[in-house]
Amino acid sequence: MGAFTRHRRSRLIIANFTGFEADLLRSLASQIVELLRNEAAMPDDTRDPFEAMMDFSGPTSEPDDPVLQRLFPTAYPKDPEAASEFRRFTEGNLRDGKAAAACMIIDGLEEAGLPPELSEDGLMIDVELDEPTAETWMRSFTDIRLALATRLGVENGDEETWYALPDDDPRAQAHDIYEWVGWLQETIVEALTA
Amino acid sequence: MCHDGGVSAASPVELDPTLSPDEITNLSKPWVTIVWDDPVNLMSYVSYVFQKYFGYDEAKATTLMLEVHTDGKSAVSTGSREEMERDVQAMHEFGLWATLDKAT
Repeated sequence: MGAFTRHRRSRLIIANFTGFEADLLRSLASQIVELLRNEAAMPDDTRDPFEAMMDFSGPTSEPDDPVLQRLFPTAYPKDPEAASEFRRFTEGNLRDGKAAAACMIIDGLEEAGLPPELSEDGLMIDVELDEPTAETWMRSFTDIRLALATRLGVENGDEETWYALPDDDPRAQAHDIYEWVGWLQETIVEALTA
Repeated sequence: MCHDGGVSAASPVELDPTLSPDEITNLSKPWVTIVWDDPVNLMSYVSYVFQKYFGYDEAKATTLMLEVHTDGKSAVSTGSREEMERDVQAMHEFGLWATLDKAT
């Protein structure tokens, strides 16, 4: 369950989730929002103190968290000064955009009937997304997958390693979720191009 | 340029006749956006992003996506530094790992 398809008549991108799946998706999106808001976007303060004080427009150094480093890569690998400037002018907006996209998933699921606390068994959540909203979900799925993959240490061609883990290994469970979000994203791309 | 020695009106810029049209284009487009391979992004998604954002047709988007996948990176757009900064920012918005560099 959960695959996205394009509705033939309405052209909307639709999917239905079990309450458990919708709750899981909301929890993943919430973590993205938390992560983006927790580690404050702070300017590099190794510069002249006055200059640093008068410039609070955005961060100039790489974030500490590896997930954030992946979400906001260094644009000029060979030019630290240009990289700082680029970061100062872009990271704030990118953070806001990614947080807003994750919030759109949370809101969409709750508007479709996901209660604040999941208690009911057998609850089904039907989502119907217009194209721009589906694209935003798709984009946010990338952020969720990048976050999970960075925490797990996913690398090219390492599938067998993950499948060999015992079922009760928390990494195996996290990897299953990572693959599930990947599958959701694949179906949303297919639905959008259909 | 002022061969006649007199006061000249603004003359057209003379291009080095030995430059090919491609090289002339490169002079005005000295920066590139590079997208790097990562183990996470789906091939279908990367191709979708290239079509959607750059307006490339499916064939070109697929070629670039496969280049990223097999060569580890691909120069996906060319232009002024400002344009390439916009493209890199957009790629980061889509979660692709992008950098910019001077065209070689």
